[in-house]
Amino acid sequence: MSAPDPVEPSDPIDVPALVAEARTAIESADTADAIRHVTATVSGKKSGLAQASRALGSMDPGTRKELGRQLHEARTTIEGLLEARRTELRYAELAAEMAASRLDLSEYVPGSVSGPVARGHLHLVSQTRDALEDVFVGMGFEVAEGPEIETDWYNFGALNIPPAHPARGMWDTFYLNLGEPESTLLRTHTSPVQIHLMERAVLDGALPIHSVMPGRCYRRDTPDARHLAVFHQIEGLVVDRGITFADLAGTIETFTGAYFGPDIHSRLRPAYFPFTEPSAEFEVTCAICRGEGCRTCSQTGWIELGGCGMVDPAVFAAVGIDADVWTGFAFGFGIDRCAQMRHQIADMRALIENDIRFLRQF
Amino acid sequence: MRVPLSWLRDFAPFDGDAADIAATLDDLGLVVEGIEQVGEGLGDVVVVRVEEIRPIDGADKIRLVVVTDGTGPVEVVCGAWNFSVGDLVPLAPVGSVLPGGFAIGKRKMKGVVSNGMLCSGPELRLGEDTSGILILDPAAAVPGAKLTDALGIERDVVFDVAVEANRPDAWSMAGVARDLAARSGLTFTIPSTVDLVSRVDAGSGGVVTVATGPAVGSLTTVRVDDTELCPRFTARLLTGVAVQESPAWLARRLVAAGMRPINNVVDASNYVMLELGQPTHPYDLDKLDGGGLTVRRATPGEIVTTLDGVERTLGRPGPGLGDTGQDCLICDATGSPVGIGGIMGGASSDIGASTTRVLLEAAYFVPMAIARTSKRLNLRTEASARFERGCDPAGIDRAAERFCELLALTGGPDLTLADGVLDVVGDVPVPLEIAVRPARVNGLLGTELSASAIAELLVPLGMGVTPTGGDDDPVAVVVPTFRPDIRPAPIGEADLAEEVARIYGYARLPRRHPAWPQPGRLTAYQRDRRILKDVLCGTGASEAWTAAFVTEEDQVAAGFAPPYVEIINPLVDAERFLRSSMAPGLVGALLYNAERRQGDLRLFEVGSVFEMADVPDENGPSANETERLCVVFAGEDDDAWSAVAAWHTVADALGLHEWEMEQGPRGGGGPRVTHGYRSAALVCPPGDGRGRRMALGEVGELDPTFVETFGLVGPDGRPRRVGWLDLDLGTLLDPALVPRSPLEASPVSRFPSSDIDLAFVVPEEVPAGSVEATLSSVGGDLLESVVLFDVYRGDTLDPGTRSLAYHLRFCALDRTLTDEEIGTLRSHLITAVEQAHRATLR
Repeated sequence: MSAPDPVEPSDPIDVPALVAEARTAIESADTADAIRHVTATVSGKKSGLAQASRALGSMDPGTRKELGRQLHEARTTIEGLLEARRTELRYAELAAEMAASRLDLSEYVPGSVSGPVARGHLHLVSQTRDALEDVFVGMGFEVAEGPEIETDWYNFGALNIPPAHPARGMWDTFYLNLGEPESTLLRTHTSPVQIHLMERAVLDGALPIHSVMPGRCYRRDTPDARHLAVFHQIEGLVVDRGITFADLAGTIETFTGAYFGPDIHSRLRPAYFPFTEPSAEFEVTCAICRGEGCRTCSQTGWIELGGCGMVDPAVFAAVGIDADVWTGFAFGFGIDRCAQMRHQIADMRALIENDIRFLRQF
Repeated sequence: MRVPLSWLRDFAPFDGDAADIAATLDDLGLVVEGIEQVGEGLGDVVVVRVEEIRPIDGADKIRLVVVTDGTGPVEVVCGAWNFSVGDLVPLAPVGSVLPGGFAIGKRKMKGVVSNGMLCSGPELRLGEDTSGILILDPAAAVPGAKLTDALGIERDVVFDVAVEANRPDAWSMAGVARDLAARSGLTFTIPSTVDLVSRVDAGSGGVVTVATGPAVGSLTTVRVDDTELCPRFTARLLTGVAVQESPAWLARRLVAAGMRPINNVVDASNYVMLELGQPTHPYDLDKLDGGGLTVRRATPGEIVTTLDGVERTLGRPGPGLGDTGQDCLICDATGSPVGIGGIMGGASSDIGASTTRVLLEAAYFVPMAIARTSKRLNLRTEASARFERGCDPAGIDRAAERFCELLALTGGPDLTLADGVLDVVGDVPVPLEIAVRPARVNGLLGTELSASAIAELLVPLGMGVTPTGGDDDPVAVVVPTFRPDIRPAPIGEADLAEEVARIYGYARLPRRHPAWPQPGRLTAYQRDRRILKDVLCGTGASEAWTAAFVTEEDQVAAGFAPPYVEIINPLVDAERFLRSSMAPGLVGALLYNAERRQGDLRLFEVGSVFEMADVPDENGPSANETERLCVVFAGEDDDAWSAVAAWHTVADALGLHEWEMEQGPRGGGGPRVTHGYRSAALVCPPGDGRGRRMALGEVGELDPTFVETFGLVGPDGRPRRVGWLDLDLGTLLDPALVPRSPLEASPVSRFPSSDIDLAFVVPEEVPAGSVEATLSSVGGDLLESVVLFDVYRGDTLDPGTRSLAYHLRFCALDRTLTDEEIGTLRSHLITAVEQAHRATLR
């Protein structure tokens, strides 16, 4: 292969003019075809730019270096202009197509849209939540809800968990960019709803309270087969005259039988929660082995479901309820966990994959 | 916490099998998460010497090994190659059963009989080295000895107990034993030196005494500048200490409890912490400048290097709430830090082989101060975990004495204890006195316990109890300082009620199903939300649950500009925003299914979306959180019309009539969720008592660019058409904002109705909804229904127009309408539509 013949350009190379010509050509292209054509003209092999680049080889090193730099800049500029114009045209075409496909949505002819082939399915978590709500409504509870973004006071302070308290380690918390550092958070449990309910009841003179509060909660745990960082919980709160631990134990037993079935029972054992005293964890008969002992329940015949206890007097003090007149109990457990137990779901993460083959089963 | 049963038996004569003890501990709230049988299955394993190793014909992996236990040769086949003739190794003879129930029998391999098995560490549950047979130290073993004797293994049970965060006292052998003894009706005693002596090798015998030296104050100094952070600080001094290995029994206990033996001084400190729950810290006095200790508050920004080699900046508040930045430092007598009080020591004054003078710190630190410092430094130690929960300021003396007793046994013949204790005391917790009313306890527990019954349950826990009168009179309880979980009266009464219940037994407490006159029910909102979900299932949509945490790209694609509600400490750094729209999540779910060739589907979700509020509240920026229902329609033929049809069904199910669509090209440039020409805002116009137009949501189709951003393309490579319905439930389901059908029934006419059809050619710009509105209003009470039944576009019509055909049904409540009446109505309707909408009758 022989070296190309040295080319002496007939005219000196005017880079700004090359760019100006290209700009005019690009801006005047107003269709996809036109822009393809212009691309060849302004940056293809036969373009002024390419010719000038080829001519560089025969120039003296000083000129070559300076002109080479200018040509490189020019190419960058021209390619940028081309790309911008292509995007503009593509969006203009898309916009035109969208405008052409305009619909008058009030032109709806009843019966013109074909119906579904099959019914859709409520998410398993919704079904579980509804079923739990129904059991508790049947037992005389109302259903209360509250926000997912909460302040430190509602999520911790009023629940007898002051700042820096070691018990805070029980809840890994997501904090938000709102207000003072660590003052606003994603609720780690639905207990803040209890505080809102009690505050409102005190304000309105509307005690007693018999409510359950289902809802979404957040904990900074890496998701695994048994935990999700975003999950659902249902809690219950009763504040009334003459309420004792016996009422709590009886309520849990009634609920257990009503939801899981008549041969499923509950038992309580001591535990610590800052917001209840006395506190307990409650376990229910293992639904897999019906209490015989199996791998799921570590041979104990029992599965831990949630926590409960008598409302701590410090919580009553925080919301202004007289603990000598009113007593109360609270309990809470995971809705997703109930679903997992009842339907023997090996990996909890199936609940958030939204695979229609999973959703359709329930 | 690992709790060896043998250690618990120092405090009370517990018997019964491990499972029963575990069940009792569970019922006390000391939950046993695991039971480990130490030395199980090792009883028959003996020490043997390898005499000869021979190859086996036709085998290159296994060899014949001849061993002896001293009485004669035994031939075994072995596949390990890590030992040689003369080594001492463990043999499981024929008939023995190894841990895990593995029975050893006579086996024949390649024609050779194996009379037992040589064992590796893991096969005996003694270590994790799987590289070969366990080779024993010839100094400790002789052929024929039991393996358990050679290794000093005693049968034991170790419970793995989960101690609740409020029970620092139970985070020790003594604490677990005290609860267990109280429940079991056994007498609990703290072991004394005499018990310890009996463990010492019989050769030393007798009572160990320690020589008393000169007064401690003549040898060292202690100054406490900050008794607020450190309300009690004591120091004892031991001289003539020989630093050496701890005796086997002590080392074994530490290992069984999960700690590594280091030397007799450090081990004694750890032993005391495990046994009594009180951390102590031994210093080499000769490594402390000035020969003493100073306790002071860290100056702002002061830097200390801790034992783990990390430089830590102290004395400044961290970002968390309630952190005052007050850190307690232990310093030498010149004021240079040697450790962070109650959390971690420094390397400079560590006990080493050359140490002879041991200064022992036993102190009480304010729990909240330790908790704040530990949290801010992200530095949790065995000591900090105990101090932050609250150690016993009165237990310090016993712990320090115990340390000296242990060192008396292990610290060499020259050990001398300096006379006296340096003890600086500030404001320490004192025993609480709580009057416990039986009525209050029974009111909480539902029991009928008398004052004396309550007293009997509390005494074994170390509570001081003085009965003050009859069965219903209050019991005066003095709460020891090792129970910081019991709060002052009146709240503390509830704490003591729990103690009563624990010892009484939760399982024995009565149960009652409570009843109250108030009915249980869902709110109207909750009922309507269920109806909505049910209606959507009826349209073939399934409910999804998509991520609440989204990326910045998701937020931008959905048309939201910063600032966003942001998580300071996200799990996944990119997913640090709370979603402002459910569209990215739902399109993501469609894509997930499309990638599995099951993408023709409809999904909906009910959930919260979050936006920064325009107006900050008194605490600064705040967020708006709204509950929305969103649906994506991505079935094979789905488009905007699927969403419109679903909306009509939803509105009908709720009984909404006063809604309107606001159409026309919407939104400016930039990313957006909805299609500019194929979507409409749903609004409820102002009406009776409602001055404002209420935005209900949007219906139509997703913007194709948005769909393309998420990679959801059809078989033709173009963005899929996806119908979209997005409703703000807070507004939609509030009947005060969005009126429903009236409660009162409308009578149904008993007279025949008359039907007419009208078709109009209407310019494209005129929405069909306006024509229908005109027909409805002009038709008045006599118009029972108006339904669009045909839309026609084609060459026979003027460009820019289409034909809309309506079916109208008339009837009156009190008569049959005459042809004349219908005719009049018909012409009124035609005139009205033609005039209002530039339309012509077709």
